[in-house]
Amino acid sequence: MKQAPVTTGYGAAIRDGFEYLLANHSSVFTIGQGLWSPWYVGNSMTDLDSQFGRERVIDTPVSELGCTGAALGAALCGYRPIVIHPRVDFMLLAVDQIVTQAAKWRSMFGGQVAAPITIRAIINRGGEQGAQHSQSLQSWFAHIPGLRVVMPSTPTDARDLLIASVLSDDPVLYLDDRWLYGLEEELPPIEERNLASEGPRLTRTGQDLTLVGSSYSAHLCREAAARLSANGIECDVIDIRVLNPLDATLMIKSVKKTGRVLAVDGDWRSCGMAAEVIASIVEAVDPRLMRAAPRRVTLPDAPAPTSNPLERSYYPTVDYIVQRGLALVGAQQETFE
Amino acid sequence: MAVSVESNVFRDASSLGVLADAERYHEPLSIDKADADALLSGLQRMILIRVVEEKVGDMVSQGVVKCPCHLAIGQEAPAVGVASYVKQGDRVFGAHRSHGHYLALGGSPHGLLAEVQGKDTGVSRGMGGSMHLIDIPNGLFGTVPIVGATIPIAVGAGLAAKMDGRGEMAVSFFGDGATEEGAFHESMNLAAVLNAPVLFVCENNFFSSHLHINLRQPDSSVCRYAEAHRIAWARADGNDLAAVRAVTKEAVDSIRAGGGPRFLELVTYRWRGHVGHREDEDVGVKRKDDLTRWKLRDPISRLAVALDRLGSLNRQQLKGFWTESHAIVEEAWATATHDGYPPAKALLSRVYSGTMASKR
Repeated sequence: MKQAPVTTGYGAAIRDGFEYLLANHSSVFTIGQGLWSPWYVGNSMTDLDSQFGRERVIDTPVSELGCTGAALGAALCGYRPIVIHPRVDFMLLAVDQIVTQAAKWRSMFGGQVAAPITIRAIINRGGEQGAQHSQSLQSWFAHIPGLRVVMPSTPTDARDLLIASVLSDDPVLYLDDRWLYGLEEELPPIEERNLASEGPRLTRTGQDLTLVGSSYSAHLCREAAARLSANGIECDVIDIRVLNPLDATLMIKSVKKTGRVLAVDGDWRSCGMAAEVIASIVEAVDPRLMRAAPRRVTLPDAPAPTSNPLERSYYPTVDYIVQRGLALVGAQQETFE
Repeated sequence: MAVSVESNVFRDASSLGVLADAERYHEPLSIDKADADALLSGLQRMILIRVVEEKVGDMVSQGVVKCPCHLAIGQEAPAVGVASYVKQGDRVFGAHRSHGHYLALGGSPHGLLAEVQGKDTGVSRGMGGSMHLIDIPNGLFGTVPIVGATIPIAVGAGLAAKMDGRGEMAVSFFGDGATEEGAFHESMNLAAVLNAPVLFVCENNFFSSHLHINLRQPDSSVCRYAEAHRIAWARADGNDLAAVRAVTKEAVDSIRAGGGPRFLELVTYRWRGHVGHREDEDVGVKRKDDLTRWKLRDPISRLAVALDRLGSLNRQQLKGFWTESHAIVEEAWATATHDGYPPAKALLSRVYSGTMASKR
């Protein structure tokens, strides 16, 4: 009799990554607010403090800047710290340490030293939390040379890209999204990978349209592609995974085939990741191969609302992506069975 | 005898007291014969720093050095005094005015003089300039010009030293202006709560850029912040190498014994402007009269006279120190001038390492 596969959720997969790192690499420790709390970081770090000791799982004062700087300092001294920001919004108090210190340390000191710090921040939005508890801001950080930006969209990637981020000799911003914590899948055995060799991945193939997104947006793209397929439209779906430095090779190749691209991003439109994706593609694709003008689906350029009806219209949905996809290929509307 | 060492046992954490008086501490230092050898080598190092900085200043004035240079002329004693208690394995961080820290720790004049010219042979391989110096073999883990930025980094380096368990420590050099940054207060609290081996060294030179501390803070001494964070502190005449050494030794002994962070306030004065070679103006704020009196609190001449009186130094030896430093600096400058710039590919090849932790 065949056994049912054991599946692991996105949050538990992150915890698996932490457990692997702490068990196998003595140079790894974690520091940040809420690490001894049962609820700050979902189920992604449950009981790590009792398992590995509170010297390696350090809960801290309310000092985002200080703790991020301290993690960087330890990284310069042979450790591989992971500093945790339970919400992206609060991490912004530490931007100097991330953008002006960690990301530049190697280059401005002539490439002589490494700063292997991982900054893990959680995107935690919706639920009428409003303007200051909803930001993701990957586009901002992906703008910064020297800072690798990683956004996993599946439980396997959540675990394996965390491990690759921490083992990377470069500073990494690892963003996970609480909206993905419900995803479950069977996890393959852990394999240590070089983050520098990781990049966008084709997760579905089709000849009509290229959908590109990261994190929760990649998940929406996969769902939308299934719906579009039911309408006779076949999509290439590309999960960006590593937003900076961005390797657009796969996207360019895909759009040369499909002639159409819809870039989806759960961040703002202006100067955003979706714009970068489209620019990187159209610079490299002969316009005569394009069958439609590229389009993007993003947040509107407004802070997140709290009121429920406004919030529902604020975030991209599968429905909306399907609509935009149909419009792009010239189909008028979705046909329902 | 000048009272130049104070501690929280008997002094006010809020006021610099007589240390702020430009008319005081002009006399030769009061020193012990037992310290003469260490002070003599400290004097040599301070003279080297002075000569290097004067060279850099000259080159800035001639337009040869173009990167922003914040000269430490007049502030040589804190760097040299603290560095004399830094051991192999310690991790020192500086800020924008850190040529002196680099040289005090044993950095080569050539490495600095090449760096300020943007040469590939500089300590930061021509990618940092005056404001971004690194010299890991000598314990300098980085200096940066964002005010206060290296203070939390030093706390993390201290935390790492604590985890390593070898009695090593981190040192954070910063100025009085940095004590107005949130990063400073977060760092002091974090170091205290983590009991991290960190020596915080504030070189209080009264000025943040152009603005005097009396126009920036309600009190002139920053030791009150150490008290607020329950960190033991000491204050000294930062232009008195013997005093700096005394407070440093006491603090470092405690730190290495697991006593947690310590705080030093070293009262000093810079002779040049905030940035650049000029001493007659400071971003628009004239301070000519004050500077004349502060120059009489010269860390070098006060020590040299004291050593002379003690019979540990004669005028010929002293002259030799200066001549020797000038020779070293001129040779280093000439070599650096002929060195090459970083290759064009350095722009992109030094951004990422692309490597990962080696397999266990």
